[in-house]
Amino acid sequence: MTGSATPSTRPSAERVPEPILSIRDLVVEFATEDGVVHAVDGVTYDVFPGETLGIVGESGSGKSVSQLAILGLIPQPPGRILRGEAQFEGKDLLKMSKKGLRRLRGGQVAMVFQDPMTSLNPVLKIGHQIAEAIQAHQDDVGDKAAKERTIALLKLVGVPNPDRRYDQYPHEFSGGMRQRAMIAMAIANEPKLLIADEPTTALDVTIQAQILEALKAAQEESHAATILITHDLGLIAELADRVVVMYAGKVVELTDVKTLFAAPRHPYTVGLMDSLPRLTVDEEWLRPIPGQPPSLISRPPGCAFHPRCFLSQGRTRCRTEEPPLRVIGPDGHLSACHFAEELVGQSSKLVDEPVAGASS
Amino acid sequence: MTETKVDSDPEFPVVGAGPDSATVSPATPGAAGVADLPDGIDLVHESGLELKSRSQWAYARRRFFRHRLAMVSLVVLAIILLAGVFANLITPYSFAAQDFAHSGQAPTFKAHHFFGTDVLGRDYFSRVVYGIRTSEKVALIVTLVSTIIGTLVGAVAGYYSGWVDNILMRFTDLILTLPGLAVLLTAAAFIGTGNPIRVAFILALLFWTGLARIVRGSFLSLREKEYVEAAKAAGSGDLRIMFRHMLPNAVGPIVVNATLIVGIAILTEAALSFLGFGIQPPNPSLGKLINDGQDVASSMWWLVTFPGLTIVLIVLCINFIGDGLRDALDPTQRRTRA
Amino acid sequence: MVTYIIRRLLYSIPVLFAASVLIFFSVTAVGDPLAALKQNPLFSQQTIHNIQARKHLNDPITTQYGYWIKDAVTNKFGSPLLQPGTKIWDDLKRVIPHTLQLVLLAEILALLVGVAIGVYSAIRQYSIFDYAATTFSFLGFAMPVFWLALMLQILFTNIFIKWHVRIFYTSGLSSQDPGGGIHFWIDRLQHLAIPAMTLMLLSIAQYSRFMRASMLEVVNSDYVRTARAKGLPERRVTLKHALRNALIPVVTVSALNFGALIGGAVITESIFQLDGMGPYFLGALLSQDAYVVMAWLMVTATAVVAFNLIADVLYGYIDPRIRYD
Repeated sequence: MTGSATPSTRPSAERVPEPILSIRDLVVEFATEDGVVHAVDGVTYDVFPGETLGIVGESGSGKSVSQLAILGLIPQPPGRILRGEAQFEGKDLLKMSKKGLRRLRGGQVAMVFQDPMTSLNPVLKIGHQIAEAIQAHQDDVGDKAAKERTIALLKLVGVPNPDRRYDQYPHEFSGGMRQRAMIAMAIANEPKLLIADEPTTALDVTIQAQILEALKAAQEESHAATILITHDLGLIAELADRVVVMYAGKVVELTDVKTLFAAPRHPYTVGLMDSLPRLTVDEEWLRPIPGQPPSLISRPPGCAFHPRCFLSQGRTRCRTEEPPLRVIGPDGHLSACHFAEELVGQSSKLVDEPVAGASS
Repeated sequence: MTETKVDSDPEFPVVGAGPDSATVSPATPGAAGVADLPDGIDLVHESGLELKSRSQWAYARRRFFRHRLAMVSLVVLAIILLAGVFANLITPYSFAAQDFAHSGQAPTFKAHHFFGTDVLGRDYFSRVVYGIRTSEKVALIVTLVSTIIGTLVGAVAGYYSGWVDNILMRFTDLILTLPGLAVLLTAAAFIGTGNPIRVAFILALLFWTGLARIVRGSFLSLREKEYVEAAKAAGSGDLRIMFRHMLPNAVGPIVVNATLIVGIAILTEAALSFLGFGIQPPNPSLGKLINDGQDVASSMWWLVTFPGLTIVLIVLCINFIGDGLRDALDPTQRRTRA
Repeated sequence: MVTYIIRRLLYSIPVLFAASVLIFFSVTAVGDPLAALKQNPLFSQQTIHNIQARKHLNDPITTQYGYWIKDAVTNKFGSPLLQPGTKIWDDLKRVIPHTLQLVLLAEILALLVGVAIGVYSAIRQYSIFDYAATTFSFLGFAMPVFWLALMLQILFTNIFIKWHVRIFYTSGLSSQDPGGGIHFWIDRLQHLAIPAMTLMLLSIAQYSRFMRASMLEVVNSDYVRTARAKGLPERRVTLKHALRNALIPVVTVSALNFGALIGGAVITESIFQLDGMGPYFLGALLSQDAYVVMAWLMVTATAVVAFNLIADVLYGYIDPRIRYD
């Protein structure tokens, strides 16, 4: 299952369980008026049962597309899965029939989307939409049983008065409640894998905490492995066990969450950490990463990040050679940078305790 | 570009932040500054990206040319229009020349009677071409007048909003309540027609409503834009703001709609003339031609068919062009062609 | 919802009132209603004076308006210009149902066909079917109604002449002796078929384009993506989740269309010689009977306002997001 050239990644535990989802060298592109968009360009990672894998990146980094693609939710045209493997419980999703994928979706693999206002059907009652998900996958569940289960689910995620709320429409719910209903819908069939695509991005900061709680409750109830896609590092810090960092359609760093924050080993990750405003220290200026994310139609040659990279300094290798994703630290810490070693010994500024050799 | 040597200092290297550096924050020396770029590296060319800046109109033009049907229609329509304009040059006969010897002939190449002749021996091809000319005249006047009225009403309603908007829109709704054709017929019956210019003006007085609605919608949203506020703050008068700042941005939907009006105007004028309430002889009209042929339609089918086909062809081309314009000027419509 | 309906009904009254003012003053403004009669040697001075007295034409214009309104409400719109014995409303009562039959037939069929074409075009976007449907729609928009009517008439007449097969009738509302009950209605259907086909073309073109656009928008929406992500069968996603939402604007447009067609089928009805609102109106125009014209305009305006209301109520009923209270 693990590709020959890519090292397997694993959490630092004694027993090494089999990954529940294995993505190998996934390439997805879109044909548009302006050219071919290389949305996902050779992405590889694993998800292990019970863990929460965070995927971090800017808009357009390919973090959502890779998930949508393996579930067959990308319209093909204009999208196209060029190559790759996505092994879920021993079967390759990319080779699966449409019918097989449909059976998985909402059943063993479920997704929570970003904007709950537009992601719920406005003319159908919320309770009905959740019950529908249940009855689509469990033939033996009758209407009454489905309704009862739905109400129980709503209660689990923290929707007040669930029996009354069952008959309401999405526009009668608040934003936070809608997202909670979405989460309830996702775990309705006790999925093995839950994919949360920017679950809090469209919501107020004050609501985000509630959604976090709902997600945690959902995870506890279903024991599902979770893929958490977000650009919010705070969410990652709270929920994730391991983290994948993506840039311009590629994986640039992969490690567990503590190491990511303490000792990032890719200049992009460093830049991300650095751009966070800190509450504990006086700072006069924010430090964003300079420049713009590259066009996915005409990507810069060599390393996609090099035009904005402080580490590169215009070195030829960065400009001509694409850096492979390689092991750079213990416990399967991967980084895609030619000069990642130069970051060794540095600690990100988010960590208070100094790492030897650095001054912050 | 020479390869700069990597500093062996484990500290993050701090290179001088020149005035053309891309960094936003001033680098404090000694700090782990991340955002400084070495001098002399041009971000754009460095990464091999080519930035071609295109103006908005160039994009629109490019999109229009992509619409194949619109391009074909443009050519066909141009041919038809020119035929109408130069009618007396290309028609083998005049509009009213009668020739009883050759009356009631089916279409043939003999004696250039391409569309046949009618009961009085008049060459139908010539009559149709002159009819096209009249349609052009009417369509031009109707479109111009109704576009001007519609834009004015819509602009004023949208810009001033409030009670001005309310009144103007109620008035527009009122006009819409009355069935168009019926009103036209009423006007025609009591005012009297026959003259293409008169017919054109009557039509224009009904057709401006759709455009007014759209322009009003545009202006209502445009007035919230910052450049309007800026212009107001700079002391520009209302009229100036409306016509120099806002109108150019609303041009897209106006052009698309005006194109559609041309088509509807031609169809409506044909209908009016067919019923006898529109353009009367001696002025030629395609609708009237169809009326003329109605009685002998079963036997002399060409009398009804050719004027009708001409109308269909003209309006079809106009609609395709309108569709192409909509593709070009409406940025919200994006279609990916795989 | 009920309060909304009542409120709209009350609001309709000033609208109709304003429409009546507009109608009256514009029709009377275009000229003397008796102008044609005065020039006609057949009408004696005495007749003209009678008419003037009956219609209060020597009173100031606003008084005339008052009389007209009174006639409209209490006296069945009064009598036509030249037939003091009859009432305009009785004529209207005869022609309105005929028009309604035609419009109902045409619009319901057009809706069914148009929606089906639109949905299928959207699901199979850029397919041959889609291009064919699009071309058909554009043709529909470009075709003059009267020309299509004539062509259809020619076609079916020639079929009858060549092969002696009468499929549909090309003119009239009913045959000489259609019989009773179901036979009457079959005969009526045969007479209305071609006129309905004529009207339907434009409507089908409109509805299929509109439905296609609406469906495309819905099919790319987030909630349809959620429905797919739930693992629902594609058919269900299309029919239950997508179609329901996409139908909303189309249904309201068709209600508005219906109202407009009451007065808008003039050409079709006159070509096919149906005894409906159209020929009645044309007849009044030809004889320059201002009173029939005004009554006719008033009725059609009322129909439009009524169907506007129906469209709004329908919209509120189908879309739970709209709550008018």
